[in-house]
Amino acid sequence: MAAGVATWLPFARAAAVGWLPLAKKTMPKPPIDNSSKSDEILYVNVSGVRFQTWKNTLDRYPETLLGSSEKEFFYNEDTQEYFFDRDPEMFRHILNFYRTGKLHYPRNECIQAFDEELAFYGIVPEIIGDCCMEEYRDRKKENQERLAEDTEANEGMDAPLPPNSTSRERLWRAFENPHTSTMALVFYYVTGFFIAVSVIANVVETVPCRPHKGSAKELPCGEKYHLAFFCMDTACVLIFTFEYLMRLFAAPSRCKFMRSVMSVIDVVAIMPYYIGLVMPENEDVSGAFVTLRVFRVFRIFKFSRHSQGLRILGYTLKSCASELGFLLFSLTMAIIIFATVMFYAEKGTKGSTFTSIPASFWYTIVTMTTLGYGDMVPNTIAGKIFGSICSLSGVLVIALPVPVIVSNFSRIYHQNQRADKMRAQQKVRMARIRMAKKGTANAFLQYKEDRNIGDPDGDNSALCVKNRSAFEHQHNHLLHCLEKTTNHEFTNEMNYSELCMTESVGYRTSRSTSLSSHQGAQNNSTGCCPRRARRRAAMRLANSTVSVSRGSVQELDTLHLKTTSIPPQTRSSLNAQMCDMKLNCGDQDFTAAIISIPTPPANSPDESLPPSPAPILGILRNTRATAYTQDSVKISSL
Amino acid sequence: MGAVVGSLTMQTKTRRLSRDKADDDLEITMVCHRPEGLDQLEALTNFSKKELQVLYRGFKNECPSGVVNEETFKQIYAQFFPHGDASTYAHYLFNAFDTAHSGSIKFEDFVTALSILLRGSITEKLQWTFNLYDINRDGYINKEEMTDIVRAIYDMMGKYTYPVLKNDAPKQHVEAFFQKMDKNRDGVVTLDEFIFSCQEDENIMRSLQLFENVI
Repeated sequence: MAAGVATWLPFARAAAVGWLPLAKKTMPKPPIDNSSKSDEILYVNVSGVRFQTWKNTLDRYPETLLGSSEKEFFYNEDTQEYFFDRDPEMFRHILNFYRTGKLHYPRNECIQAFDEELAFYGIVPEIIGDCCMEEYRDRKKENQERLAEDTEANEGMDAPLPPNSTSRERLWRAFENPHTSTMALVFYYVTGFFIAVSVIANVVETVPCRPHKGSAKELPCGEKYHLAFFCMDTACVLIFTFEYLMRLFAAPSRCKFMRSVMSVIDVVAIMPYYIGLVMPENEDVSGAFVTLRVFRVFRIFKFSRHSQGLRILGYTLKSCASELGFLLFSLTMAIIIFATVMFYAEKGTKGSTFTSIPASFWYTIVTMTTLGYGDMVPNTIAGKIFGSICSLSGVLVIALPVPVIVSNFSRIYHQNQRADKMRAQQKVRMARIRMAKKGTANAFLQYKEDRNIGDPDGDNSALCVKNRSAFEHQHNHLLHCLEKTTNHEFTNEMNYSELCMTESVGYRTSRSTSLSSHQGAQNNSTGCCPRRARRRAAMRLANSTVSVSRGSVQELDTLHLKTTSIPPQTRSSLNAQMCDMKLNCGDQDFTAAIISIPTPPANSPDESLPPSPAPILGILRNTRATAYTQDSVKISSL
Repeated sequence: MGAVVGSLTMQTKTRRLSRDKADDDLEITMVCHRPEGLDQLEALTNFSKKELQVLYRGFKNECPSGVVNEETFKQIYAQFFPHGDASTYAHYLFNAFDTAHSGSIKFEDFVTALSILLRGSITEKLQWTFNLYDINRDGYINKEEMTDIVRAIYDMMGKYTYPVLKNDAPKQHVEAFFQKMDKNRDGVVTLDEFIFSCQEDENIMRSLQLFENVI
C-alpha cells in the first residue's frame, strides 16, 4: 500500500463512526497500539554523512530495511545512530523515497550500483516512479543485453556440452553454432561452398558458349555441357537434401522447424530438382518446368544462415512492411491516375504506343522513377504537358516518402519497441496493482484466520499476529468494522463462486421438486469435472432435502453460522430424510465420510453412519474459511 | 502523396494540444493554501499541539498544495477498500467533511471533523453522523437518502462476500434502520429522533467509545 495512505488511515478510521448507527452488530475492539505516540528524530550515518529523519517517515514502508526491525542490526549504541557503510550519494535517493513515496533513478549513476543499493535496502525496483521508470528500464535492458552478449560470446566458444546430451542434441548444436566443433565448421563451410557453386552454376548455365563443331547456332553452356551441369546440380541437391534431413532429425521441435523461414527456403531450393526428375519429358509441361527452375535462385537465400547482415535486413524489411505498403499504395494511386490521363491525352494520335491504360502504366512507372527508356513517348501537346507533370510529380512521389520512410522506419522501430515496453509495463503495472489489491484483500482474510485460530479474546500473543505492523492491525480492524456494519463478510473469489453455485441451484431445486431432474443434471455434470460435480451434486441433494421452499438457502446459511445448538438438529433432520434419497441416488457411487471438527457431541457421528455406503448429504465448506467451521460439522462426500 | 503531407500536419497539431494542456496543469498546481496558526487550531479543536503537528505533517506531505479535492479524496479512500468500490461513499464523506461546500477540504476542515469524531461528545458525534446521512442538508433523513448511503456502504464490500449479497439487502437494512429510528412513523428521521434512538441502543453507545484512541 502506498506510503501516504498510512497518514490517512486515522481519518478513515474516524470516518467509520458514520457506520455505527447502521451496524447490526457491535464493532470489534480496536487493536491496542502500545507504541509511543510521540514521533522522534532518528539519526542515520551513511559513511560519515549524517541524515536525520522522523521515525514515522521510515515506518511508512515496513517491508524495507529501514522500515523494519532489520535496521536495529545497524544501530550503534555509542553514537546513538544507525550506521551504514554504503554510498551516501545513493542513500539520498533512497531516503527521498521514504519522504515522498516516489523512487527516482539518478541518471548519472551506474544501473548495477543502483540495483545493488535497492536490493540492500530491501526496496523493489518496480516502485520507481513513472518519470524515471522508462530510463531505468532502458538502461537495465541495455546492460543486460550487453552482459548476455558477452557471456554468450564466451560460452558459445568454449562451453562444453553437458555430458548427458543425446546425439540429437549435439547434432542440433553443431548445426546452430558451427564454431563448437571442427566437424560442424567443416560442414558449415562445405555447405557454403556448395551453395556458391550451385548459384554460380545456375548463372553460368545461361551464358552462351561456343557452339559444337559443325553447328552454327550458339548454345547456352547449360545445354552444351548438359551432363556436367546436371551432375553438379545433382551433387548440390544431394548435399542440400542431406543437410535438410539432418536438421529435421536434430531439431528439438520438428513442427516448429518445418514452419521456420529457413526450412521453407531449403525446401523451395531443392524442390525443382526433384520435380524435374519426376516429371515426364512432355513439351507442354516443360514450360512449367522451366518456371520451376527459377526457384533455384532461392538457394542464394540459404546464405542468410551464414550471414548475420542478411538476417538483420530481412527483419528490418519485415518490421517496416506497413510503411513499404503505404509507399506502394500511394505509388499505385499515382500510376493509375497518370496512366489514365496519358491514355486519354494520347488517344487520338496515329500510331500511338499508348494502346490501353495498362499499357500506359509502363510509361508512367518509367517516367515517375526518372528512368525514361524512351520506348513510349507522348506526341500530343496535352500528352507532353501531362508527361512533364508526371515526371515532376514522380520525383516528388518517390523522393518524398523515402526519407519519410527512413525516418518513419527508425521512429516506428523505436516506437514499437517502446509501445511493446509500455504495454508490457502496463500489464505489469496492472498486474502489480491487482496483486497489491489481492494482497491486501488476502491479507485481511489471512488476518481473520489468524485471529480466530488464536485466542478470540483479543490477547493476541501468537507470533504471526505480532509481526504485523500497527498499521496493518488498524486497517484490518477497519475492514472488520465494515463487515459488522453490513453483516456480510469478505471472502475470496473461489468461495464466492461456490456459494453462487449453491444459491442458484438451491433456488432451482426449490421450484422443481422432481428428483429425476437432479439426477439428470448430475449425470451431465460428472462428465467434465467429476470431483467438483460430485460436490455440487452433494450440495444440491442437501438443498433439496433440507427444505423445498425458498428458505432452503437461508437455512443453509444458518447452518453455516456456528453455534453449538444448531448442527445436531440439522444433522438429525438430514439423517431422517436420508432414506428417501437412498432410493433415488442408488446408482451414484458416493462414498461418504463424516469429518467433525471440535465440539459437537461425539456420539452422533457414529449413529449417523449408515451400515452401507449410502449417500450422505453434505454441506461442503472450503477449507480456506476455516474460521467459521470450529463449531460446525463438516461432511464431505469423496 | 497528399496522405503523407496530411499525416505530417496531424502530428504537429497533437503536439500543440499537449503543450497547452501542460500549461494549464502548471497553473492548477500553483494554488496553495495555508492553515491558520497552530494556537488558533488548538483552541478550535480538542487536539494538543503535538497531535496537530503530526497531523499537519502527514497532511502536507500528501497534499503539498494544502487542499484535498474530491478526486484525490476518492482515490485515498479507495485504497483502504480494495475489495469494492468506495467512490460513492467517499463522495458522501467528502461532502460531510467539506462543511463550507467549497469543493475542497482544507486542513482546518480535516482537523475539525477529526476532532469531533475522535474527541467530541456523544451528541456531537451523532450530530456529525446525522449530517453525513442527510445528503441534501434539509434536516431530515428520508428513505431515499438512507438507501443511497447504505448502498454506498455495501458497494465498499465488493462482490466477493459471504453470505452472497442480495440485491435487496440495502433495502432491508434501511427498513430495519427506520423501524428503529423513526419513532413517530412519519417516514423521516429528524435529528432528535436520531440522537434519542441511538442513545437508547447499547451497541451503538459502546461502539462510539471504541474510536477514541485512533490518534
